[in-house]
Amino acid sequence: MEQVWTALFTIVLGIFAAVSWFWGANFCLDRLLPARTGDPVQNARNIHRASLIRPWLFLGPAILALGLYLVYPVWESLFLSFHGKSGQDFVGTANYRWLFADPGFRESIFNNFLWLLVVPAASTFLGLLAAALTDRIAWGNLAKSLIFLPMAISFVGAAVIWKFVYDYRSGDDAQIGILNALVTWAGGDPQAWIALPFWNNFFLMAILVWIQTGFAMVILSAALRGIPEETIEAAVLDGANGIQIFFKIMVPQIWGTIAVVWTTITITVLKVFDIVLAMTNGQWKSNVLANLMFDWMFRGGGDFGRGAAIAMVIMALVAPIMIWNIRNARKEMEGR
Amino acid sequence: MANNPYRWAVHLSVVLFVLLWTLPTFGLFVTSFRDKDQIAVSGWWTALGSATRNDMFRAPEGEGEVEEAGRFTLTGSVFAGASGHVKAFGISSKAPDAFAAGEVADLGDGESLSVAEDGSFTLSGPESFKDKRGQRIFFTATTPPSFTLDNYRAVLFAEGLGRSFLNSATVAIPSTVIPILIAAFAAYALSWMQFPGRALLIAAIVGLLVVPLQMSLIPLLRIYNAAGQALGFDPKSYIGIWLAHTGFGLPLAIYLLRNYMVGLPKEIMESARVDGATDFQIFTRIVLPLSFPALASFAIFQFLWTWNDLLVALVFLGPQDDKLVLTGRLVNLLGSRGGDWEILAASAFVSIAVPILVFFALQKYLVRGLLAGSVK
Repeated sequence: MEQVWTALFTIVLGIFAAVSWFWGANFCLDRLLPARTGDPVQNARNIHRASLIRPWLFLGPAILALGLYLVYPVWESLFLSFHGKSGQDFVGTANYRWLFADPGFRESIFNNFLWLLVVPAASTFLGLLAAALTDRIAWGNLAKSLIFLPMAISFVGAAVIWKFVYDYRSGDDAQIGILNALVTWAGGDPQAWIALPFWNNFFLMAILVWIQTGFAMVILSAALRGIPEETIEAAVLDGANGIQIFFKIMVPQIWGTIAVVWTTITITVLKVFDIVLAMTNGQWKSNVLANLMFDWMFRGGGDFGRGAAIAMVIMALVAPIMIWNIRNARKEMEGR
Repeated sequence: MANNPYRWAVHLSVVLFVLLWTLPTFGLFVTSFRDKDQIAVSGWWTALGSATRNDMFRAPEGEGEVEEAGRFTLTGSVFAGASGHVKAFGISSKAPDAFAAGEVADLGDGESLSVAEDGSFTLSGPESFKDKRGQRIFFTATTPPSFTLDNYRAVLFAEGLGRSFLNSATVAIPSTVIPILIAAFAAYALSWMQFPGRALLIAAIVGLLVVPLQMSLIPLLRIYNAAGQALGFDPKSYIGIWLAHTGFGLPLAIYLLRNYMVGLPKEIMESARVDGATDFQIFTRIVLPLSFPALASFAIFQFLWTWNDLLVALVFLGPQDDKLVLTGRLVNLLGSRGGDWEILAASAFVSIAVPILVFFALQKYLVRGLLAGSVK
């Protein structure tokens, strides 16, 4: 109970502090540079000066937080990646050289590329399929809700749900995981799915695909609905069938949205950590970069230099998407 | 669209889709209400209908026995409170179904046992059953689906999940409110105020949208540790994690809100300015109320993200028992109670209950936010 009160108190305090900053700073500015002084020249000068300062009062806290929590760490990580365990002594490129020789890193980056290859493609494809199918039926909205639902479930929660699906009992015990029960029912041998090197990657990926398909479906469904009716009607008049219309008329018109969905899921894949930690913790050759980094940060005393080097690799993989996004955003703003 | 086989194929595919997407969750949900002994021996799908199970019941050691004409009789039910239908019973584990329900089994030494179909048994013999080991009764029975809340009771009070639930709420709520406030002001400045460097700032925020969290962990941990040491406070604090979540959530918040505010009608702003309203007044009285849909969208995102987060909580709040959030607790249970599905299932549902409620109640805003938030 005490914790609840502390939390409530701090919430109120935090909000009060933020409000009083914005209100107080604004008030001070109005006092220092009043708009009504009796002297019109002075008034104009004050209004002009105040309008130069005010944006920065509004932006101040945001810029401070972004700077401290996102911009500065990028430089600091770069700096640390050239330093030793505790971040004190300069070691040159030793961390990177170690990285590319380390079998654990090779395994992780191989698996990460596997994830990058499979998850965005599978999620986008299944999302497109789900969007196209549910748009055609009366209970489509209910179906959409249910397919979208995993988006709300945490990666760890999803990991528990799927670990139960993959559950394996040795010997003659009845299989209580539905996958092994189906395999046994079909006459196959039950397997410890998440402990099968290489293939276990795909069983972990299935979890992320399961989560991300709903996201892809929602966005692509909106894009499909935005397609001008005339283009489809014209195709129908020309005698195209449903599948031709979908792949030759509709899909080409939403390439832009497909690219957005694809890149967004790609970013999520690069950061995937919770699923691997909860399912295998990187055992049975299923490690990925984000989990490897967490390992090096904390376990065995921690090595900030190597951890930062792994973070830089993740950043390097994200960078092309970042540049592409910025270019698109600038193009769009110029068009406005 | 009128041809029938085609429509059937569509319906069938969607049914298949929905089944694949809900069955895993549903399976664990059913499991969370099952008895732990049953979970271990049969799949969750068997719990929905009547199940045939083999079980064992140990008769009490003479408690409640009745003496009548030199014979002691002990009665009771093998179901111990539950209900079901006994098909067969036996007196040794080698032949658990030696006798059909209603038959009388001879136990030797003049003792006999019979079990009726409704589960009631009669054990009788020439000597008192006191000071003897209770007679074991093996039986095969069909039982109707039975569900229990025991698992939830166990995890909430014994496994520390109640505490973690509070911790998660303590992390998630301020981590949702603080960035909204900061981002709203920034978004207003970026959409309706003129100043040099505005375009550059917007581009920077689009760039920051995708900076991986992993970049920030080590540098921030170092700052927190250094600041904690210098000023003498615990570096793993709630304030620390709120600010971290604020920093990580700001790019999306500013991006979403700016995109929305830029689309508000210019005329309202201009007429307010002509009437002598200051920027501060325009923002608080006009822009903020009008931006409610965008604020709600971001709030849902941020709440789901902070509630479901594991990494930030592990790094900035730590793995100690009293500060563990729900996701962290769940990972710990996966390690320590790996095979105890009754604990894991109930814990998982405690942790995903709130996000699922939020999801169903506010899905409209979530979808709207998704559509606005994906960088076009």
